[in-house]
Amino acid sequence: MNAPGTPLVVLDHVNKHYGDLHVLNDINLTIRAGEVVVVIGPSGSGKSTLCRAINRLETIDDGTISIAGEPLPSEGAALAKLRANVGMVFQSFNLFAHKTILQNVTLGPIRVSKKSKAEAETRARELLERVGVQSQADKMPSQLSGGQQQRVAIARALAMQPSVMLFDEPTSALDPEMINEVLDVMAGLAKEGMTMIVVTHEMGFARRAADRVVFMADGRIVEDTTPAEFFDHPKSERAKDFLSKILSH
Amino acid sequence: MVIFDNLPLYLEAFLQTLALLLLTTVLALPLGAVIAAMRISPIGSLRATATVYTEILRNTPLVLVFIFCFVVLPILGVILPFMFSAVLALTLYTAPFFAEAIRSGINGVPVGQAEAARSIGMTFGQTVTLVVLPQAIRSVIPPIINVMIALTKNTSIAGGFFIFELFNSGRRLVNENGDQVILALVGVAAFYLLITIPLGQLADFLERRVVIRR
Repeated sequence: MNAPGTPLVVLDHVNKHYGDLHVLNDINLTIRAGEVVVVIGPSGSGKSTLCRAINRLETIDDGTISIAGEPLPSEGAALAKLRANVGMVFQSFNLFAHKTILQNVTLGPIRVSKKSKAEAETRARELLERVGVQSQADKMPSQLSGGQQQRVAIARALAMQPSVMLFDEPTSALDPEMINEVLDVMAGLAKEGMTMIVVTHEMGFARRAADRVVFMADGRIVEDTTPAEFFDHPKSERAKDFLSKILSH
Repeated sequence: MVIFDNLPLYLEAFLQTLALLLLTTVLALPLGAVIAAMRISPIGSLRATATVYTEILRNTPLVLVFIFCFVVLPILGVILPFMFSAVLALTLYTAPFFAEAIRSGINGVPVGQAEAARSIGMTFGQTVTLVVLPQAIRSVIPPIINVMIALTKNTSIAGGFFIFELFNSGRRLVNENGDQVILALVGVAAFYLLITIPLGQLADFLERRVVIRR
């Protein structure tokens, strides 16, 4: 475990281009153990790319990203090992379509962490209970609602006992009535001290659960402050403009 | 009648064709899977090797591959039993077709599945074998069986290279029964159909059984 307050994820002068688009522009960001950082910003601001770069689902052009003091390995077994330590929750859930709910959660512990099947299943059932889908353990992902699938995806990530969790717009693909059940699970995790980086459009969650809000626009970090400060006294014009558009209804 | 008079001969040739088909499939299918995995691997040199191999073999007439195995290899000092050489030639030629069939199935699996697998710490090999291939199977079965049907017919090339399979038996029976040429060839065709039609039905059956919902 990493003691609360020590730097866990550090991005140092990170740049990435998609052709002419400078999607990550000199990003410097330190996330400390136990922190919950919400990344918000308009579409195309680079926030999802930032999130995916942290476990190297996206490569970066230059700069360094390190986790618990170790720079991200480029490929191979070392990268796989690091990813096991970084939980990821996707917008589209991405549950393994050919596995049952229980198998989705046990696959990583059995195959990656080399746990026994019995041990992995006991732990998986605990996690499924914690996210409230224990009764669905033997169903296939397609039989579950979106909100249930996303909660299973969180359990699957937690089963690897990661030291940081990445959430890439976890509620954006959900029907409105299912958003809260996912946010409740995430808020619970935050309360327990999990280090979290959350890309989201859920401003209520950002206000309630975040320690810090990082506001991105055009590939840059424009503001990096507390939720209260950001929502009540945004400093940049870009943030004021963004907030006026999303909070006016 | 030529067909019934020569049933043992047909049967011997039929079994040889079947042996060519099965031995080649057993060797070429795993080789094709490896080539397909190489073509989607994160390592550039593997991708390049697999692509070059696929393009060369897939675009070379099978007869040339046979000539390579039966003529060029012995000149180079590699002397193999005829059956060996025939299976080698068919395997080299067929593996890229299997690879392309598998790759098209892999491309049908949403990329998020592989991302999810990698993000829980699976290696590339685990991602492919535990998550991607099992989901690709259903869409891969029909094209794989198509390749096997084409392979069944391709085994006839071996008949020109000292292997006594169906095509070769047809040649011999035509020579020996000049008055019943058409019947002799109908017999050959019937034995090919004995393989290819059940293969097609197997494809339908498997496709219906292995369903993955999204």
